[in-house]
Amino acid sequence: MFKIFKYSFFDVFRSRWTILYFLFFLISSSAMLYFSSNLSKAIASLMNITLTITPLISTIFGVMYYYNSREFVDLLLSQPIKRTNVFFGQLTGLAFSLITGFVLGLLLPFLFYGLLVSSEIWDFTMLLLSGVLLTFIFVSVAFFVSLLNEDKIKGFGISILIWLYFAVIYDGMILLFFVSFNDYPLETPAIILTILNPIDLSRVLILLKLDISALMGYTGAVFNQFFGTTLGILLSVTSMFVWIILCFLGIKSIIKRKDF
Amino acid sequence: MVEIKNIEKSFGKLNVLKGINININKGQIIAILGPNGSGKTTLIKSILGLVIPQKGEILINGKNIKHNESYRKDIGYLSQIAKFPENLNVKELFKMIEDIRGEKGNTEVLIDFFAMQPHLNKPLRSLSGGTKQKVNVILSLMFNSELYIFDEPTVGLDPISRVKFKEWVKKEKQNGKTAILSTHLLSEVEELADEIIFILEGKIYYQGSPQELKIKYNEPTLERAIAKMLEQYNHNV
Repeated sequence: MFKIFKYSFFDVFRSRWTILYFLFFLISSSAMLYFSSNLSKAIASLMNITLTITPLISTIFGVMYYYNSREFVDLLLSQPIKRTNVFFGQLTGLAFSLITGFVLGLLLPFLFYGLLVSSEIWDFTMLLLSGVLLTFIFVSVAFFVSLLNEDKIKGFGISILIWLYFAVIYDGMILLFFVSFNDYPLETPAIILTILNPIDLSRVLILLKLDISALMGYTGAVFNQFFGTTLGILLSVTSMFVWIILCFLGIKSIIKRKDF
Repeated sequence: MVEIKNIEKSFGKLNVLKGINININKGQIIAILGPNGSGKTTLIKSILGLVIPQKGEILINGKNIKHNESYRKDIGYLSQIAKFPENLNVKELFKMIEDIRGEKGNTEVLIDFFAMQPHLNKPLRSLSGGTKQKVNVILSLMFNSELYIFDEPTVGLDPISRVKFKEWVKKEKQNGKTAILSTHLLSEVEELADEIIFILEGKIYYQGSPQELKIKYNEPTLERAIAKMLEQYNHNV
């Protein structure tokens, strides 16, 4: 798997889209630091960008990479190597090159700004961690959907819809749900619904660490109240790992029986 | 070398292979022919393990290929479409496949033979279609495999490379190598193949040498003999 990973990583890392992705985060984080002149505020603003952009770009890259390497995959699969190694090598190679662009883009301006001697270093680490986990989750979702759909347009459409659902529609539906069932105790459903959405999970993760109750919203507040900061963070990180594992298992079960 | 026993494959309601039996001996070159959509590529992909048949079994060197990837160490596969990672260069691609196989290929000889020297450090996205196909050809030949599988090998190749490819394959045949060839170019078949397997609607319709086919239908060229065979088939259906 590592052999495929290595070459996929270099292939994607050299693409100009990855460089643009890196520049995007470099410029946004520099701008946020410049305008807010406060690490904490910059982290909170960057959170919103990270939570929208990393899943979106991971989804688009995941789908495009899968369909673009479709013929090359045939060649790889005709080599003496396991199917799972081919796909997980590609998936991790792609995810890691996106992660490298994302992490470097955010990290460099913050380092210049004295991150290492500041007290916000752990808040910033949470931001990076959620970006990394989200990249993994959404690249995996994109691969999963693409493996199920031979048709490029269909695969692309479904993947983007999934992103839209988690990033935008989900919150609206939760709100509607809470308003409609206002008379009932909603703490437990709120926690369950948050765990079912990886983007919400990362929001809770960062906000718990930042301790900005005003921005937490209902689910964040419930998480905080129910579990406290440390347990809440542990629970949301674990849930995100469960997301990744479930996606991986899904991919594995498809490639085992798929005809290429 | 290759034994295909009664394999059947369908995609949904579409039955693509309906019980195919083939036995390929070592040192033979077999041409798999048939109209578009007759199941040639599915058959080839079944041998490679890319497509998993619902029934039957495939043995290579006596070993069942199911749930087993090590047998592909003996196979050199040339795919129909040449598409590679865009941002790697030619040299890196060769290195990648050598890494995956865990063995060194005779790339230098092949690079000289196909005059690929000037392209080695170019990224694969900048190569023309024909040059990419040459890369593809080298990838399939570089490990001196026991069994070669060529799917439309010379499409997109320039005449010089085409001649050189055939020259190489003939040399490999003399060395006792086996090959399965799928093509629409009948001149290639006449030049290289010992035996033709003609597939129609998922079944073997004709199996024998190109000469026998010409004699059977009393035609001077392979092309005409096949046309006549198809005409009779359509007449009977």
